[in-house]
Amino acid sequence: MRRYWSSLWPHLWLLLGVLIFAAPIYITLIGSTHDASTIGRGDVPLLPGSHAVENYTAAWVSGGSGRFTVSPASRMLLNSTIMALCIAVGKIVISLLSAYAVVFFRFPGRMIAFWTIFMTLMLPVEVRIIPTYQVIVSMDLFNSMAGLTIPLIASATATLLFRQFFLTIPEEYVEAAKMDGAGPMRFFRDILLPLSVTNIAALFVILFIYGWNQYLWPLLVVNDRSLETIVVGMAKMIGTGDAQNEWNVIMAMAVLALLPPVAVVLLMQRWFLKGLTETEK
Amino acid sequence: MASLEVSGLTKSFGATHVLHGIDLAVEDGEMIVIVGASGCGKSTLLRIVAGLETASSGSIRIAGREVSALEPAERDIAMVFQNYALYPHMTVEQNMAYGLKIRGLPKPEIARRVAEAAGLLGIGPLLARRPRQLSGGQRQRVAMGRAIVREPKLFLFDEPLSNLDAKLRVQMRAEIRRLQRRLGVTSLFVTHDQTEAMTLGDRLVVMHAGHAAQIASPMEIWARPADTYVAGFIGSPAMNFLEGTLAEGGQVVALKAGPVLRFADGPRAGGEGRPLTIGIRPEHVELAEGGIPLPLDLVEPLGSETVLHGRLPGGEALVVKLAGPGPGAQSLPVALPAAALHVFDGETGKRLDP
Repeated sequence: MRRYWSSLWPHLWLLLGVLIFAAPIYITLIGSTHDASTIGRGDVPLLPGSHAVENYTAAWVSGGSGRFTVSPASRMLLNSTIMALCIAVGKIVISLLSAYAVVFFRFPGRMIAFWTIFMTLMLPVEVRIIPTYQVIVSMDLFNSMAGLTIPLIASATATLLFRQFFLTIPEEYVEAAKMDGAGPMRFFRDILLPLSVTNIAALFVILFIYGWNQYLWPLLVVNDRSLETIVVGMAKMIGTGDAQNEWNVIMAMAVLALLPPVAVVLLMQRWFLKGLTETEK
Repeated sequence: MASLEVSGLTKSFGATHVLHGIDLAVEDGEMIVIVGASGCGKSTLLRIVAGLETASSGSIRIAGREVSALEPAERDIAMVFQNYALYPHMTVEQNMAYGLKIRGLPKPEIARRVAEAAGLLGIGPLLARRPRQLSGGQRQRVAMGRAIVREPKLFLFDEPLSNLDAKLRVQMRAEIRRLQRRLGVTSLFVTHDQTEAMTLGDRLVVMHAGHAAQIASPMEIWARPADTYVAGFIGSPAMNFLEGTLAEGGQVVALKAGPVLRFADGPRAGGEGRPLTIGIRPEHVELAEGGIPLPLDLVEPLGSETVLHGRLPGGEALVVKLAGPGPGAQSLPVALPAAALHVFDGETGKRLDP
């Protein structure tokens, strides 16, 4: 009985936490099932309405019907997915290789290279946005998927994480591989990569969501409707001033935008937790 | 199967000299144990032979072929690491086959060799498991298996038993020895454990501060240690050392503790008063009526024998090992038999023979 009561408080707190996190999502979900006038009146309905199908169809097929029409959600989801995948995969590939070089090879300027990479942590895209923009334009990558993703790929965080992980790999594996006659790339492929799988998976989840949530850079570098991403598109649907917004469609769009990251997290959850907690050594 | 010749091998890390010219000739099929305290350079020597470190100077020849410039994999050797270094994501079978796969051996040949080695080591049922599902002894066997399948000219062991518990260590020690005899592969075995060294090696290399202090068979090293370091390192409990000076034209030594002992095997060179260090093993000290009184301060019963610690009248420590249970007395009369004395120079520590 005592145990029952002592676990009551923690549960109440947890419940409160869940409510705070879940409430906005719930309101969005409900809002996406009502018609424009219900929400336009300023009501916050708490029970599902009957306009779900038409709202989602509007979002999916036409991207709204009002003054602030954007590309259909189907198109924007695809763009966002490609962008997030390119960023996540690109970041992982580049940082795996650079961490490999920094940890396992002795070459002149090794530490300088590492610290240079490290210093870019202080220069996220938002800080260097104008020069980056200029470079992309002069490279003729404006309005292209390459221009959208490449500046976001180079990052120190993943390199740093992989470096720390590689440093924990016992020197003996390297030596055993040398005795086995495995060259550097062979060692990388046969031993280092399999050992890093859980770390890669965990990082993929984080980086995919990072890529998915990009707003400022895609807003700037893409004005071609066919390349619009869903995060930017959604923001564009919200007009300023007295404009009459189609909140119901916007909310449907928001729910759709939520689904791919949620799917990635759910699918990779097992790996993600493994990567954070377990080391296979 | 091959011989190994190491000559004039030196190694420095910057200003730190780790090896000062090691010369060693290992015959075909011989098992050489390199033994020494930590930091004596024994692992460095092994790693240089393996090709994991480069020597500062000197040459290494395996089966007559100079290998200094070759990559580890090209030297036709196999190594068993201290923590086994089994790849955690591969099964036992994949671990053993990996080196052969890289060398491009045909699959049936790889399978044959792995099966053969697994049979030899009794790890057949474990082939599909991963290293972390194995016990320490099993991992040890797999590490051996990985070395065996390569059918190398030379086996290198880098303290492979030090991660095992005491009982398993004794068992694996015997197993390694049997296996090495059976396969007849020339082997270098590094250890800091003198019992391991004595039981495993055809010959020992006792390393001290980057030098090979003595290279000889275990019994030779035990019976005629080349200097006080070797004498103190090999044998358990360690040899007793007593200070003294040469007297009576080199016929006797006058111990600082009092007694004057006559050499059994003839006079030593040098003038009267030459400082000497006299060594005597604890098991050679005898009890004798009317001997030197030895007050005891510690008695360690080991069952079949007893180790007694005491101090001679001059204050020098003396350890005595007696068969059977120890005496109840507080003080024992002891004698130091002339035939069991080891005579070393008091300054250099080198052995002095008649």
